[in-house]
Amino acid sequence: MKHDILIAGVGGQGILTIATILGRAAVREGLHLKQCEVHGMAQRGGAVYSHMRLSSGAIWSDMIPCGGADMLIAMEPMEALRYAAWLAPEGWLIANEEPVVNIPDYPEPERVHAEIRARPRHVLFNATELATKAGASRAANVALLGAASYFMQMPAAAFEQAIADQFASKGDKVVGANLAVFKAARELAESRAAK
Amino acid sequence: MQHTRLFLGDEAIAQAALDAGIRGAYAYPGTPSTEILEYIQRAPEAAARNVHRAWSANEKTAMEEALGVSWAGKRAMACMKHVGLNVAADPFVNAAITGANGGLLVVAADDPSMHSSQNEQDSRFYAKFAMVPLLEPSSQQEAYDMVWAGLELSEKLRVPVVLRVTTRLAHSRADVRVRAPRPENPLSLPPDSRQYTLLPANARRNYAALLRKQRDMIEAAEASEFNAALDGADTSLGIIAAGIAINYLRENYPGGACPYPVVKVCQYPVPEAPIARLIERCRRILVLEEGAPYIEEMVRGHFRKSPEVRGRLDGALPRAGELTPDDVATALGLKEPPALKLAEVVKARPPQLCRGCPHADTYRFLNEALRAYPGSRPLSDIGCYTLGALPPYDAIHSCVDMGASITMAKGAADAGVRPAVAVIGDSTFTHSGITGLLDAAHENTPMTVLVLDNDTVGMTGGQESLSSGRLEGIVAGLGVDPAHMRVLTPLPKNHDENVKALAEELAYEGLSVVICRRACIQIRKRQ
Repeated sequence: MKHDILIAGVGGQGILTIATILGRAAVREGLHLKQCEVHGMAQRGGAVYSHMRLSSGAIWSDMIPCGGADMLIAMEPMEALRYAAWLAPEGWLIANEEPVVNIPDYPEPERVHAEIRARPRHVLFNATELATKAGASRAANVALLGAASYFMQMPAAAFEQAIADQFASKGDKVVGANLAVFKAARELAESRAAK
Repeated sequence: MQHTRLFLGDEAIAQAALDAGIRGAYAYPGTPSTEILEYIQRAPEAAARNVHRAWSANEKTAMEEALGVSWAGKRAMACMKHVGLNVAADPFVNAAITGANGGLLVVAADDPSMHSSQNEQDSRFYAKFAMVPLLEPSSQQEAYDMVWAGLELSEKLRVPVVLRVTTRLAHSRADVRVRAPRPENPLSLPPDSRQYTLLPANARRNYAALLRKQRDMIEAAEASEFNAALDGADTSLGIIAAGIAINYLRENYPGGACPYPVVKVCQYPVPEAPIARLIERCRRILVLEEGAPYIEEMVRGHFRKSPEVRGRLDGALPRAGELTPDDVATALGLKEPPALKLAEVVKARPPQLCRGCPHADTYRFLNEALRAYPGSRPLSDIGCYTLGALPPYDAIHSCVDMGASITMAKGAADAGVRPAVAVIGDSTFTHSGITGLLDAAHENTPMTVLVLDNDTVGMTGGQESLSSGRLEGIVAGLGVDPAHMRVLTPLPKNHDENVKALAEELAYEGLSVVICRRACIQIRKRQ
């Protein structure tokens, strides 16, 4: 069993939290992992990514080969397209609709969404809106993780426990809200995949 | 008893140093090395036995402090990014001549592809230059084990040992088995009191001893558990893979089983015997290494443009930048180079100053004050504020090395440039700006130095700045005229008065220091 997952976004959006929760869940399942991330200058509002490799066997490279990712999780739609070449032809693209417009030449969001919809396997949704409705407005990253989890060979309980561990220091209310976001997004992915 | 933990490469190094009984870790923040000392600062065991873990003023002071710990017989580690080793080069190279007493490990974190750096220099050349061993892990586990091995080797051969990592390993997480901790060495000064006194007569004797140790270093590399000759049936190609490059090789074969003979090089000096055997056995050689074509040049020979040796010099691999599994696949003829053409809607998203950043306000009033001097180009330095070189600010026009803003502006003033302006951050100032400002104060050079004081080392994530609470005292102590030292608060509401104050100093035909002080908003958010 292996999952090669590329996570992309804009510095400050919390992609490392997605990676950390995924890592906790994987360790709980007894999987090996390698996960590389971007520190330093790019974290100041630039394009950032993390390569997450989970496997029951040995993992060699810290980086996923181009065209080899089973999944691309993007906190931001244009960032999804920046790393699209990493996605395997049968891979799933899980992307947030909501753009981060911090550059003067940001394209029309509809054009970005259209490029994502042109890909055969995608789940494009407004993760920020879904998270807000489920009671945790800052949990867009957990929403994307919830949608992504549906396509992974790991039980939902492993993710839920990892979320509980991740937010334990912030209290039961925060944990509960994040779990609700996770569940709602996972159900959304299930309904989209069925179509 | 061993147990497994999940560590960044940097964290594995930090944990290993604690476990291997260091008395002190010394560092200045710099990507991708910063997380090593940050980890030690958070570690309960470091607090429990009061391991030294405060930031140093710069890499040179860090290296010398570590050398002092080693002199006293205890184990020490100095950590820096690759260009930090330039700053520490003087004590580093001379530490090879003094030799080590307690184990002395110098961690250099290289940044091929310049993710967050001004160049991609390869620290392996420094180890060769100083003639000391170097370890280069291929995994987080090896990073952990190599700290132990490096400190042991340092004590056995009585020389400093370099541990070289690159960005990818430093900032990648994996599971690591840790060992039971080892107690610290007792205090024990070097038996020969002349060892560290590099008067010519002593230095010549020590240098002869260092030369004699070279054979021991090669033998240690040949016997090293980190180097290996891996057999392969197909001798049409032999592969030398150094550090993490071996992972990119294995990535391309099911189960990591490469059909060609491979020499894995993770401990230097380069192990001669297995490479000689590989060259003898195989018709062609492919060299995979992260950074410069260091081993490739050795194997190729200086003036032999040998067609049998492939690597970065003949275009089989890209000459610049970090290796990728795709580069290696292409060099092996297994796949075409990936087409990385971006969709037309994808625009570049460079890093930028945060919303509400004090530097942005400073650049606005600097730009306005300089409108009176068309074509003027402030010289600057290394930090978040370097992003002021980009639109919409376009406010600064250089970034060379830590501290160079002040000294280059002084040179520009000496050359006749008016106004000569330097822009430097508070931590960069205490790292390497103080001595340059002393030059300018000594001559009352007509220039204006803006110290952007956000009370932290911002770019690397908000470490403590040693300038905190003592900036005015330092500036005054260097002999800057107090009448031309000002403190401004960069806020939109103060814009007009800041423009006016700065304009007065720009017009002054002598040295001015303008401290622009407001705390980093990222740090404020955290508090």
